[in-house]
This record gives sequence, C-alpha cells and structure tokens, in this order.
Amino acid sequence: MATPPNVSSADFNRAIAAWKQTVGADWVFTAPEDVALYRDAYSPYWGEPEERVASGAVAPSTVEQVQAVVRTANQYKIPLYAISTGRNLAYGGSAPVYSGSVVLDLKRMNRVLEVNERNAYALVEPGVNYFDLYEHITKAGLDVWIDPPDPGWGSVIGNALDGGGGWTASPFRDHFGAHCGMEVVLANGEIVRTGMGALPNSKSWQHNRWGFGPWVDGLFRQGNYGVVTKMGFHLMPRPECMQTLTVRAPRDEDLIPLVDTLNLVENQHVVNGSTSLGGGQPGAGGPAGPAGWSVTMPIYGPEKVVRAQAEYVKEKFAKIAGSTFTEGELIRTPLDAAALARVRKTSFGIPDLSTFGLLGRNAANPSPPGGHVDFSPILPRTGEAVLEFMRLYREKLPELSENGALRILGPVFMTNWDRTMVALLMFPIGRDPQMNGRMRNAFRKWVELCAERGWGEYRAPAVFQDDVAKVYSYNNHALRRFRETIKDAVDPNGILSPGRYGVWPKHLRKS
Amino acid sequence: MKRIISALLLTCGAITFANAAEPAAPASGEAVYKRWCTHCHSAGRGNPGTESLQVKYGGKLPAVLLDRTDLSAQAVATFVRTGVLSMPPFRKTEVTDAELKAVAAYVAQKYAKP
Repeated sequence: MATPPNVSSADFNRAIAAWKQTVGADWVFTAPEDVALYRDAYSPYWGEPEERVASGAVAPSTVEQVQAVVRTANQYKIPLYAISTGRNLAYGGSAPVYSGSVVLDLKRMNRVLEVNERNAYALVEPGVNYFDLYEHITKAGLDVWIDPPDPGWGSVIGNALDGGGGWTASPFRDHFGAHCGMEVVLANGEIVRTGMGALPNSKSWQHNRWGFGPWVDGLFRQGNYGVVTKMGFHLMPRPECMQTLTVRAPRDEDLIPLVDTLNLVENQHVVNGSTSLGGGQPGAGGPAGPAGWSVTMPIYGPEKVVRAQAEYVKEKFAKIAGSTFTEGELIRTPLDAAALARVRKTSFGIPDLSTFGLLGRNAANPSPPGGHVDFSPILPRTGEAVLEFMRLYREKLPELSENGALRILGPVFMTNWDRTMVALLMFPIGRDPQMNGRMRNAFRKWVELCAERGWGEYRAPAVFQDDVAKVYSYNNHALRRFRETIKDAVDPNGILSPGRYGVWPKHLRKS
Repeated sequence: MKRIISALLLTCGAITFANAAEPAAPASGEAVYKRWCTHCHSAGRGNPGTESLQVKYGGKLPAVLLDRTDLSAQAVATFVRTGVLSMPPFRKTEVTDAELKAVAAYVAQKYAKP
C-alpha cells in the first residue's frame, strides 16, 4: 500500500480506519489494483516516475460523510484530491495533481435533487453526469434542456468547475456562468452555501446567484479552497426550433469583417447558438483554389422569431462582397426520429460521446496511440487574431510537430463563448514514453509561444497546470500570490487538492 | 449503483425532487450495460466504440459488442477494468464488482467457447 508524502504509515492507517467507519469499508480503496483505476488514462507521463498517481481513494455518499472525511484528512494532514465523476479526460482524468494524494471520489453522490421547470433550473450533486440529468428530465417529462459538453459521462458540476462548455444556446453553454448557487465543504469540515443559499430557508437559491455581499463562487472554479457538494444550474426552456445559417467568404482579408459581423450578431443576441469558424487550414481548397473562411451560426427560439433573425443576419453579412449565405434546415423540436438520426445531438440538449470517435480509432486514423490532451489558448474574437495564430502555426508547425510526425490535430477555432475563441490543438498521447515526451515538449513550447503573444490557456491538463499558471505572471505573479494567501487562510494544512491549477499550499511551494 | 430518478412530480408537473439515498443494490447486467456501455457500443452513427471495432476488425467480427460471440465474461471484465485505447477503465464507484460480474455475463451471453 502506497502512503501519501510526509504521512507516516501509522497515521495513514488511522485515517483509513476512520474513513472506513465513515463511508463503509467497501468505499475506501487502498489495494493497488483498485487505486490503479484512478490513473489518468490519457496521462502524458504514463508509466514514468513523474506520472501523477493516488495513494488511495475514499468515496462518500453524503455531504455529512464528506465533512467527516475532510476532518480526518485535516487531523492527519493527508492531501485529498476531489473528483466529481473523474471523466476530465484530456485534462487529467481522475488522477491527482499532487502524487500521493488520496482521491476524494464523489461519484456516489449522484442525486438530482431538484429540477424546476417553471423557473428552469436544476440542483444536483457532483456524481450526476449529463446522461443522468438528461434521463431524469426526460422521464419526468419536463420541457427544459440541459447543455451537454462533448463528454456526456462528465459531471455537470465537475465540468462547470473546470471551465467546460457545451453546444446549445448562450448563456447556458458557459457552464460555470450558467450555475446559480453552490454548497461547499471547507477544509475545516464546515458547510458554506453561496449566494441566496446563505439565507436559511432561502426560497431563491437557484434563482439569484449573487445573494448579498462579496460573491465567492469564483473561488471554487478551478480552485482548491473547498469541496463542492451541490450546485444549481439554469436550464434552457425547450426552444421551438433551431436553424443554422452559414456564410462563406473566399479571401483571407474577408475574415476580418466576417468575424466582426459574427461578433455583432452574437453580441446583439440575435445569434444565440454555438457558432463555429471554418477554413484557413493549410492545403484546404484543392484545385479550385483557397477554400476561404466560413462561419456557421445556429439560432434557437420561436420559429417566427428565428426566421426574422435569419433575415437580419443575412442583411448584415451581405455587406461582405463576394460572400455567400446559406440557410440550413429549420429543425423543429421535440425532434422526431428522422431528425434525431441526422442532427448533432449535443446541439439539441442530448448528451452523447460521439466526439470520442473523432479522436479514437476511426477510418481516417486506424492506429491511434489511445488518448490525447488538449491545448486551449484563448484568443480575442477578431479576424486579425486568427490570422496571427495561423501565421504562427504555419511557421512553427514543422519544428513543433516534427514535420507532422506528432500528428497534432488542429487548430480548431472554437467560438463557443462570446468575444473570445479557443484555438484548440489536440496532442495524441499513448503508452510510448519517448513519444509522450516529445508531445510534452511541444505542448510546453506552445504555452510559451502563445504567452509571448498575449494568449493564455483557459484550462490545462493536470501535468501542465504549473506551466500555464506560470505565464499568468503580471506584476510579479500577484494573482498567484493572492490565491496563495487565500489558500493559506482557508486551508492552512494544505489538504485540499494541492497544486490544482497551480495553487499550492505553503509547505509544497517551490521557491 | 444507487440512482435517484424522479421521486415526486408535483401537481403542476413542473418540479422533481430526489428521494433520500436509496440502499445500495447491484443493478442488473442489462441495466449496467445501458448505463455505461450503450453510449459507445450501440449500432449506428455516433458510437465511437462500434466505429473503433469496425475499423479494427474490418467486418471479420461484429462491431456491435452485443453481437459478438467470441467475448468471454472474463475478457469483458478485463476491458472494463483496464480500458483500451481511448476507452478509460471504470472505477468501482461507477461499476461495482457485483455489477461488473453482471454486465460481463450480459455482454458474454452469446459467447461460444472455441
């Protein structure tokens, strides 16, 4: 049995005994074959000494059990690493950031506590994934949609806390932004409810996110100041229909008005769906010449309104000379079987795992290495930024992808969120340490190259979180130091998820 | 696997609340399969497991898991606990040992020993 760093075997055994009393012996895992299930299946350090691995796992099923587990960890100064469903694949999975931590596995806290159709919200526990919530709503016959991300098996809470996003309408697809109220167990075992939830018998915990006084929810996004045990989310009333509009423009210089116009119709909330930007890929277009650029824009809403909005969008893009405008099929909801078979399910609030097919073994890639990690720099939403990124990409790709040998996928310009885009690159990861090492080098180089240009990642795999946190260095790392000050105050023993997103407790900080 | 489905549908038909925690009871093999396996291994578009096995076997073996006759319960259990390629392993908080046994038997129901 492995032991957490700086914890004696005797103390670890006492803690394990206490945890078994708390959650039951079946839900404390120390056998190597059980602990191995918490390895990050897509670890860029798989099988190497630097791989982040747990020393054990404990799985409470109630908030009271979470409190007791945390108090025991505090007593023996044992680092915990909280996971919700442990499916943060490509960003660390269920493995801790700090090797030797005990995983606090919240998967058994899997209750959908409330779904309210009249005010369109849900209150859930961390072990609830998107499939669970969708099934709950469907079985109850409620006329609200969830906003699924690509991994339907991901935790609704976990995805929001890691900064994830989905594929339906704004503002629901910014998952942290769509949350409303949370319950948190602090390092001392105390329960805090945020926003209106601090009012005993509150009638509006999931209605108003702000409450009274300083708003603290953001501390728990990508944070390690507490264990989130409940969280509310606003849901979208089922829209009457969805229609996707597409505009194509042939030249690189068209990209600038194309993105500006996209921004205008999105910021006006005329286009509310998850838009996408296509084109600019090296070699695209074929013998007919450059393929140019395109934007696709889904609009959700009542049919009359959507048709009027489509007309408005068409007028705005018509100002770009040479552009073409296409109206896609207007798809009414609820979907019938024929529509369900041809649409992208996640765009209609239905969770699935289809994206894993693009990244796993498929006809185009019959021998993939297995997993991947995502590189996700945030760019401002301008055509100039896209062109600058593409210039950088073309300039550096031969060196950083080893002339294509690393098979780095992307960039995909993801315009899920207002005013920004993510220039996503996906790095294949497998079981070959030598190849993984080359991927790691390339990944870290991309972090530096982007930081030099003012682009930072919104999220990063656990093993790269220090690398990314390091470039957010304004005023001699003032933000990191502020976060550390808070960490020391609320978790003086540093037991909660040490190192998560670059925030380390005092005794583990490097000089 | 404990699972709370709608417990109370109010007269307005608009709100559901969860029950208190249910006693742990292992789900049937079919229920475990539907919960954890169908999203990747069903027939048709958008099933990465099926797509992967189609490419791997090129039609020599069925791509849909439940059509396979060569998978023993032991083999199924091993894949669930170790994962393969982009499929991660499943932890005991997701699929308990009892549920693993049930789902392995369910998937291997057509298994014909060579």
